[in-house]
Amino acid sequence: MASNDSIKKTLTVALSLCVVCSVVVSTAAVALRPTQQQNQELDRKTNILQVANLMEPGRSVEQQFGEITQRVVDLRSGEYADDIDPDRFDQIASTQDPAMSRTLSGSQDQAGLGGRVENYATVYLVGDPDNPDEIILPVRGQGLWSLMLGYLALEGDGNTVVGLSFYEQGETPGLGGEVDNPRWKSLWPGKEIYPEGSDEPAIRLVKGGVGSNTPDAEHKVDALSGATLTSTGVTNLLQFWMGDEGFANYLARFRDTSQGA
Amino acid sequence: MAKTDTARGLLTTPIFQNNPIALQILGICSALAVTNSMSTSLVMGLAVIAVTAFSNMFVSLIRNHMPSSIRIIIQMTIIASLVIVVDQLLRAFAYDLSKQLSVFVGLIITNCIVMGRAEAYAMQNGPVLSFLDGVGNGLGYTFILLAVGFFRELLGSGSVFGITIMQTVNNGGWYVPNGLMLLPPSAFFVIGLLIWALRSFNPEQVESNEFKITTNTKPRTAEGSA
Repeated sequence: MASNDSIKKTLTVALSLCVVCSVVVSTAAVALRPTQQQNQELDRKTNILQVANLMEPGRSVEQQFGEITQRVVDLRSGEYADDIDPDRFDQIASTQDPAMSRTLSGSQDQAGLGGRVENYATVYLVGDPDNPDEIILPVRGQGLWSLMLGYLALEGDGNTVVGLSFYEQGETPGLGGEVDNPRWKSLWPGKEIYPEGSDEPAIRLVKGGVGSNTPDAEHKVDALSGATLTSTGVTNLLQFWMGDEGFANYLARFRDTSQGA
Repeated sequence: MAKTDTARGLLTTPIFQNNPIALQILGICSALAVTNSMSTSLVMGLAVIAVTAFSNMFVSLIRNHMPSSIRIIIQMTIIASLVIVVDQLLRAFAYDLSKQLSVFVGLIITNCIVMGRAEAYAMQNGPVLSFLDGVGNGLGYTFILLAVGFFRELLGSGSVFGITIMQTVNNGGWYVPNGLMLLPPSAFFVIGLLIWALRSFNPEQVESNEFKITTNTKPRTAEGSA
């Protein structure tokens, strides 16, 4: 056994073990990636259906998702960009493309997106695309530890919340991680993004609970207890994505028609 | 202790007689964290069985070439690699459950049972026996997890494996769920009661007292010794 403890043997064993283990680990990671991505894609579609309250048990996700229209929106003008194929458009990847994105100044970058935001975003319309029942918008922003990615579903008036849910976040389990808690998510439906006659989003999380006698209760949601920074992150990302840099220009078209009608 | 040199003994002894959680009190952390439902308990148990069995086997295979100075690091590297592989497999084939288990699959690396078996058993025994020992200890762990998960899910959510047994008040039933059972500390109570039950059936598991409280043999008077 003494030979096992020589420097040469120690280094050989350590090195060969590292090589073997790294080969095993990377083989597993690479070989399983397509299946994992497929799962993520299915999960993404499931999330979109769930946030819009469209999930029906007994029907396949693909089939149900087929009833949703995907459109690409130019965030600057709020117009549809029909020259971009929504099936092939990767919104997150487009932030790296200078032609598809723009820089944000420090004060504009409320959601902590690293100073760049894409020019185009995929939106999901339920029902008639010209007069949708629900509009589902991708939102994301920095929480405490992680970039939180999620969807916000609005009613056809472009103002009333149907639901908010995050499909990817790495916040503290049990505290900030409670953004996934169904009970907290059930506080969202019915909340309103914009106050009467204003384009400034008013929706925010507040500490101490929201009761019937809270002023402006329709714009306020109870913050997550023990997770101040995650809650601030959720407020900031909603303020950003509902503001001028986000979907405000796009949503204006739905809000105008509903006010007229 | 029952026989531990037969295959059967290796597999069954850790379940009741020498349970890693109930007798050795190892691996409590994850037993608290993942047992609020039975399906997560089961998947976690299977993951630990796989990791313990294969890490034991690989450690045993190279035990005669291991420099003692880096012994622990080698064991950790093997365990960590296996845990990553198991985590990747779960993400590919049981995506929902892997999302629920989140970091706890990764934390199998720090589960004392895995390392304990590698150091205590696999370093001295052959690969086949070590593999069986790993499976046995994983089964012991799974058994406790499922037992704890059963009580926590039944009393906390009124269901077993997601199937409603007692309709809760929130869903229009009669059962008022016990909120404590959904929180990790409740596993302490359940595990404590399980240990009590196991030791009532196997009195030899009861440790002898480390200290014995003796009666005072030198009574003093009320006035003191002076």
